[in-house]
Amino acid sequence: MSVDDRRRKAERIRRLLDTEGDSVHENTRVFNEGRYESTAALEDYEELKDEARAIKEDAIERLPELLDRVTEAVEADGGSVYLADDADDANRYIEEVVDGRSVVKSKSMTSEEIEVNDALEAGGADVWETDLAEFVLQVADEAPSHIVAPAIHKSREEIADLFNEVFEPDEPLETAEELTRFAREYLGERILDAEVGMTGANFVTADTGTLALVTSEGNARKCVQATDTHVAVAGVEKVIPNVEDLRPFVELIGRSGTGQDLTSYLSLFTPPGDSPTFGDGAGAGSDDERPLESGDDREFHLVLIDNGRMAMREDDDLRETLYCIRCSACANSCANFQHVGGHAFGGETYSGGIATGWEAGVHGEESAAEFNDLCTGCSRCVNQCPVKIDIPWINTVVRDRINRGAEGDFDFLVEGLTPDAEPGGLDPQKRLFGNFDTLARLGSTFAPLSNWVARTDPARSLMERTLGVDARRELPAFERESLVEWFEDRGARVAPDEARRTAALYPDAYTNYVRTERGKAAVRVLEALDVRVEVPAAGESGRAPLSQGMVATARSNAEAVYEALSPVVAAGHDVVVIEPSDLAMFRREYDRLLPEDEHAALREDSYEVMEYVHGLLANGADADALAAGDGERIAYHSHCQQRTLGLEPHTVSVLEERGFDVATSDVECCGMAGSFGYKSEYYDLSVDVGESLVDQFTTDDTADRAVVASGTSCLEQLDALLSRRPAHPVRLLDAR
Amino acid sequence: MSTEPLATFESSVADLGVELVRTTAGEFESTLAPRLDAPAVGTPLPFEGVALPAAVETDPTVADLEAAATGVTAAGYGIADYGSVVIQGGPDGEEPVSLYADEHVAVLAASDLLPDMDATFDRLAEDVRSGAGQAVIATGPSATADMGALVKGAHGPMDVTVVLLEDR
Repeated sequence: MSVDDRRRKAERIRRLLDTEGDSVHENTRVFNEGRYESTAALEDYEELKDEARAIKEDAIERLPELLDRVTEAVEADGGSVYLADDADDANRYIEEVVDGRSVVKSKSMTSEEIEVNDALEAGGADVWETDLAEFVLQVADEAPSHIVAPAIHKSREEIADLFNEVFEPDEPLETAEELTRFAREYLGERILDAEVGMTGANFVTADTGTLALVTSEGNARKCVQATDTHVAVAGVEKVIPNVEDLRPFVELIGRSGTGQDLTSYLSLFTPPGDSPTFGDGAGAGSDDERPLESGDDREFHLVLIDNGRMAMREDDDLRETLYCIRCSACANSCANFQHVGGHAFGGETYSGGIATGWEAGVHGEESAAEFNDLCTGCSRCVNQCPVKIDIPWINTVVRDRINRGAEGDFDFLVEGLTPDAEPGGLDPQKRLFGNFDTLARLGSTFAPLSNWVARTDPARSLMERTLGVDARRELPAFERESLVEWFEDRGARVAPDEARRTAALYPDAYTNYVRTERGKAAVRVLEALDVRVEVPAAGESGRAPLSQGMVATARSNAEAVYEALSPVVAAGHDVVVIEPSDLAMFRREYDRLLPEDEHAALREDSYEVMEYVHGLLANGADADALAAGDGERIAYHSHCQQRTLGLEPHTVSVLEERGFDVATSDVECCGMAGSFGYKSEYYDLSVDVGESLVDQFTTDDTADRAVVASGTSCLEQLDALLSRRPAHPVRLLDAR
Repeated sequence: MSTEPLATFESSVADLGVELVRTTAGEFESTLAPRLDAPAVGTPLPFEGVALPAAVETDPTVADLEAAATGVTAAGYGIADYGSVVIQGGPDGEEPVSLYADEHVAVLAASDLLPDMDATFDRLAEDVRSGAGQAVIATGPSATADMGALVKGAHGPMDVTVVLLEDR
């Protein structure tokens, strides 16, 4: 990316933070908290997610057969099914059905994807969005900023101003009630006039041809009931085998999305249906003394859209995207999305974490490339997805493809000289951060000179221009003596025959070259609990390149780490990891990078350092060998990936056991996210996200507490934004 | 039926702000009459010995629907865990009657109260396969948060009352 492109991107993000950030943040916060609360009340939440996942896996596997079945079922009831290859094909068919008649629509992201409104209006039809948020956007001529609540970026005041200006009501509209009532009445007239009702479908069951629509306002019901022609538009992936298969989705979708146990209406339409209609709209606008008309002549068209989906089905990495039920949990649980919204964190149609998969699949990689870097791989969405899609992985894979597709400034001959397995066209910024290990090794070798040089204005200015490293960020200072070197000199202090356990402390690149003090503290704490500690020279885990979409480099790093640690594991020893993002590699991402048995070995025998201490204490180690808290007041920020692995409670428990008084944050991410906060195009967003954490640590209860955080990034972000200097929790236990 | 689903249903509808009125077939009319805000529209009720009061219009015009303060329909079944009622739309107009009035009154037989979503989908699947063209699991009033704050009563009713026939 050129320096100008970075500047433009930064400006656009800054503008959206200013204009839309507050509304998006407020609304996504409500959805996010609602989801945690609502899913916690579900006794069989995990089982339901497994069930939902299994149904989708099976349905996508058998999709061609299910499409045949649903076609048979719908046609047997007198309806039509059209399988559209792409948007143009779908629009051509729908235009023929509509034939210039007026259309009322309920919300459908798939209809946004094919831009059917434009096509129909070009054909002379009136098209009205009846979902209130979509109506606001239609009036404002804006695009959705969220897949479930599309006008989430607009405040009540902005909507009132818009309506008052466009519709000039006798009395200016002000409250949400007034705005709702006005829109209901305005759209009520459009519904009476309409001849065609268009809906999406959240699910379509192949056995009966039943559409399931998850709604709250009642407009989808009205669009179908009032008109005698119903056109339903859905992606082919919405087809599931049986009516009974709806059950787990019905219990999960509202909870996962807006945090409602159920939305107001779940409609099961098995068209054509026989509810009376309002007929062809003749006489509308008069007193409307017309009687309801028989629903016996209802017409139904199901338009199932491929538009890239069948190819996604054949793509091992994108296939999971097709399991998506568009609930928006990945957007609502994403710190970056919460702050900037879907106008930045989205492509042509879709927004949020899973949008990378959708956009790459239906619109192409260029659309995904616009926003893909906003996924930092923090993994907070992973446990929130009701169909358990590995959303960070999809983002990583697509990033890798974008990297490989990029036309580079580098000659291919240069490729052989790069320190990694990546293509010449890779953005130098990504290459820099992806090879952090090399950088840190060099920085350490030449420290302190390297630190002095790197801090000079000319160096920072050059780095910002050529590499997009924001000059406002303090760079890490490398230690001359690495943790591994320190330990080699010092040696192990617990004899093998006196040891309770033997553990290898994994020297991640940060602990090894930058924050060696936390590594030394960890060694002493473990030794105090009678653990024989080794510090093997294992390289970077692959987290750094993986976060830049450099999958091949990540894989080769993972292989080297496994080679370095396999003797430890083979000897039955434990692996202890300080940096949560590296532990998450061992536990989660290595599944994609290493053979199954190697991943399993590391997954089973690796522990986060405080988790390990927790386990030692639970198994009889003497807690009094650790420093006592004596009531010291602590504000603790766990790490995003650590929380996804369920490991926050261990740290809190150990600290409390040692007498610390612990308050915790509950923001999804600190905003730094490895390299993200260093990138000049994302600096403002990173700080904006970080401010939410700062807010939680500057309340009456927390402002005087010592700040503790588990992740390197979190420590850097907190260090930059607070005057208190934060530390890793293991240092609190270090009796030295 | 055991009392447990009923107790669960009572607490679920209370959480939704839905009023639950318990009555019997014999008391139905006198229970309903004072609760009917005029004008009222309705669809014939399938419960033995239960009929709508005469003031309820069962053959409404479009204008009647638009003007209705109350819409009375039967509910096919209720879901105790969620406080939901299932409206089965048919030629009598259950769909528009339950949708257009300010308040929807759903009449539910106690024997049709199901404990949970599993039982509901067993019934729904059976109904769909035997030709029911339309069923809506309705949970509380229609609602929207699209105008900057939560508003009850979007395109559909703003209030819901469930009348439970304890002897049906």
